[in-house]
Amino acid sequence: MATRHLFIELQTLNRRAKLKIIFAKFQCLCIIPALVGVDKKTCIQFCLCTFQEEMVIRPLYSGDIYASFQFRTQWDTDFLHDGKKVSHYRLFPKSLGQVLSKFSVRELHISFTQGYWRTMQWGQPFIPSPPGAELWVWFHHTVTDVDGNWKELTNVLSGIFCASLNFIDSTNTVEPSASFKPLGLGNATDHRFLRYATLPREIVCTENLTPWKKLLPCGSKAGLAVLMKSEKLFHSSFHSQAVHIRPVCKDWQCTSTAWELRQTLNVVFDLYTSGQGKKEWSLFKMFSRTLTEACPLASSSKIYVDVTDNPGGELFDLSPSSPLISTAVVLGDRRTYSVYDLTKKETFGQLRSLNLLLRWKGENDMLRPPLHAERYVSGFGLQKGEIHTCLYNSHPYRAYPVLLLDSLPWYLRLYVHTLTVTSKTRENKPSYIHYQPSKDRLRPHLLEMLVQLPPHSVTEVTVQFERALLKWTEYTPDPNHGFYIGSSVISALVPSIVAMDTNSTRDRPLFSSFFPTKEESSYFMRVYTEPLLVNLPTPDFSMPYNVICLTCTVVAVGYGSFYNLLTRTFQVDEPSAPLAKRLANIIRRLRGVPLL
Amino acid sequence: MAKFLFVTICTVANLFAFLPVIHGNNFETKATQFFSSGHTNNWAVLVCTSRFWFNYRHVANVLSVYRSVKRLGIPDSHIVLMLADDMACNHRNPKPATVFSHKNMELNVYGDDVEVDYRGYEVTVENFLRVLTGRLPPSTPRSKRLLSDDRSNILIYLTGHGGNGFLKFQDSEEISNVELADAFEQMWQKRRYNELLFIIDTCQGASMYERFYSPNIMALASSQVGEDSLSHQPDLAIGVHLMDRYTFYLLEFLEDIHPASQANMNDLFKVCPKSQCVSTPGHRTDLFLRDPGSVLITDFFGSVRKVEITREAINLTNPTELPQDLTSLRNELKSEALFYVDQLPVADIIHQKPKQKDWHPPDGFILGLWSLILLVFFKTYGIKHLKHIF
Repeated sequence: MATRHLFIELQTLNRRAKLKIIFAKFQCLCIIPALVGVDKKTCIQFCLCTFQEEMVIRPLYSGDIYASFQFRTQWDTDFLHDGKKVSHYRLFPKSLGQVLSKFSVRELHISFTQGYWRTMQWGQPFIPSPPGAELWVWFHHTVTDVDGNWKELTNVLSGIFCASLNFIDSTNTVEPSASFKPLGLGNATDHRFLRYATLPREIVCTENLTPWKKLLPCGSKAGLAVLMKSEKLFHSSFHSQAVHIRPVCKDWQCTSTAWELRQTLNVVFDLYTSGQGKKEWSLFKMFSRTLTEACPLASSSKIYVDVTDNPGGELFDLSPSSPLISTAVVLGDRRTYSVYDLTKKETFGQLRSLNLLLRWKGENDMLRPPLHAERYVSGFGLQKGEIHTCLYNSHPYRAYPVLLLDSLPWYLRLYVHTLTVTSKTRENKPSYIHYQPSKDRLRPHLLEMLVQLPPHSVTEVTVQFERALLKWTEYTPDPNHGFYIGSSVISALVPSIVAMDTNSTRDRPLFSSFFPTKEESSYFMRVYTEPLLVNLPTPDFSMPYNVICLTCTVVAVGYGSFYNLLTRTFQVDEPSAPLAKRLANIIRRLRGVPLL
Repeated sequence: MAKFLFVTICTVANLFAFLPVIHGNNFETKATQFFSSGHTNNWAVLVCTSRFWFNYRHVANVLSVYRSVKRLGIPDSHIVLMLADDMACNHRNPKPATVFSHKNMELNVYGDDVEVDYRGYEVTVENFLRVLTGRLPPSTPRSKRLLSDDRSNILIYLTGHGGNGFLKFQDSEEISNVELADAFEQMWQKRRYNELLFIIDTCQGASMYERFYSPNIMALASSQVGEDSLSHQPDLAIGVHLMDRYTFYLLEFLEDIHPASQANMNDLFKVCPKSQCVSTPGHRTDLFLRDPGSVLITDFFGSVRKVEITREAINLTNPTELPQDLTSLRNELKSEALFYVDQLPVADIIHQKPKQKDWHPPDGFILGLWSLILLVFFKTYGIKHLKHIF
């Protein structure tokens, strides 16, 4: 009996899981007490969370395709309310809820990225993220020991996401003074409660995707998460998964807060590796799966395909075509989307499965992105170097401010007196500089600058550094690979082409409502540069062994011989006689004659 | 498996029921002790200690044992998986997110729901010994701990590059057989295991279990002292050797085991004879109390689920009512509307006051400097000036 429980067949699990999901959904319906006849008070306790899922497909000009998934769970409760212990979790994952209440977290943003976002070929992403792992957290203002909470939080998250986040310590954590303002509701912005850390070396693989998928209400069994198969997702140019938790407005009046959990997954499939060179994309080609149903727990489940550049169908063919067209203002531009609603049965058609097909017919040019950044190390040798960060403003007549955040490890000793900011070969003085020097083995460098980028220009920020020699045990097992330096973060208010919508409570698709907008003429954007790989002077780790061998040999041969010469007595040793002489001596001894 | 045990115990008990009653109880307890293992839960610690792409086969070794152990029932929460390098999503891997064990890419041992607990630079000798002995820092999450008790059967599998008396971790440090034996003795003293099965697949692997001295340990190695463990087959598309011979045949053997299987340890000792493995696998059972022929493979590779059937009825309590004050709180509306923070408030940033630094008492250097200055001053000018200063 016990052994049979080990053999749970996949089909029965699916059926049982589906039954559980349907039962959970039915629980939600009990908000109308008349239908079920349950007490209204207990119903309200259960049904205060909603779940939405959506996917945006954006064909890119280079022939690649960009798919962005967003799963949003909104929960009307207050973790940090005194005296109430939250114990009933329905759609919101319990592991994250307990983490939030234990460490008094106000906002949590964690992302795992493999690959680098190529802004010049792909445009702007919906949710930007740097290569490796990035974690930034706003703690509640009641926390007394922020560093202690931060340390424990990173350890707990490393267990939840199967990542080595426990390597985040004081040597790579910074406290930005002006960047990374909270994305959620609130008015207290004391930056003492903010911590930011990045691990550029962190690898993202299936073991990070598995716990991420388990946080979704439907798991990977129903809805859009069915498409997430690791063999296809990691065979791509860019893969980024993130979890964003923040407090949002509960309703249009915005008088109380609700918790929002957004799980995002951005992936760019390459034309040549995944697409086999053909400019034809379909859901099956991208994910090796098609969609058959929406997640039963979702209140909305939609797919948006960007058809802005295809008004008459001359650029690409989209099939099956959808009657629903919607427009949204995203990234400063008004884009048109073909919408597929998965909660409606007719979207799936006769075959009861949805496989979107995009076939390219023509070529088109891409609009240059307004902000683009690059970073590289120049110089030669293993002693000195220079970091150059280039910021490109391609807007023809508007200038705008950008906030550059650089966090460099302590083993690159920066010469801050060599810091120069030049635009169009003239010096550009930043209006705000915050620099916190590093302390060896304790704290990294933190440099924050507010720079005004002139229109249609390149601004270059350069700073010279010297490489430090680390202690023997501080080198990684493969030190000749080099040491990674985290990406710079550039936060900017970029002028938008169309007027942005500042009403934050209107119902908008998820991908356009990530960053809150305050004014109509510009929108907020974050750009990450490449991480750097610098070689530090690496010692030869076999030298201690060589030294010991050489010293012992010299001591043994030199001193040993000298000691022998001084302390040994020497005697003349009779050489042994040849055989004939020995035989002759034996015969002579027998005869009694004197020996030879 | 439990069913079989129950039936056997029943028949044995019935058999002995015909004997005089005085002997009946003795034989029954002896029989049950003889057949059962006495463990209630299973744990597995699977470690790959090699870094770099050409050591792909060590990661494939560990993942194939992980796959078998998961298939036979041990859940992820009871498996501590340590991989020293990432092969699946390595940029050299022509098929990302896969690790193959058979050439022509037949079997992907990486799977779709793998959970690696220690990865990359975290796989060190110190972390390994801390996991075994349980002496981890308090903030370590549960998935990284070996929470075994005195009724746990633990499977420990190590693979990598080794030599006579040591195993190399990540090309930079080694663990010796003496350290390992001492770690197991610590586990025994703290009663962290009931029985332990130790499998090692490295060159000269038998040297690693020579020094064990704690009871209830059974050890298997892929080669004797002075012999090298060889790899099995390369795959031309991936470009490296995919598995080691011993683990390849071990995987083949384990694929035939299912949770109700009655195969015992003697079958495991026969895995990979010299004709297939080129090296001579060895084993050590002198520290183990039970006879290896009576130890089932699933005692270590599978998982025990104890099911107790009860006929009593339990009354469920009524769900707790929402306290009154909370519903009233929900009804009351906060008067002021909340708003989102401005993401880049340029004016505020430019006029930002410098951050108030917390006051720290002056450190030793400053105190020493000032005391030196004062000392020199009073030495030069005399102590009588003191009253003019203060």
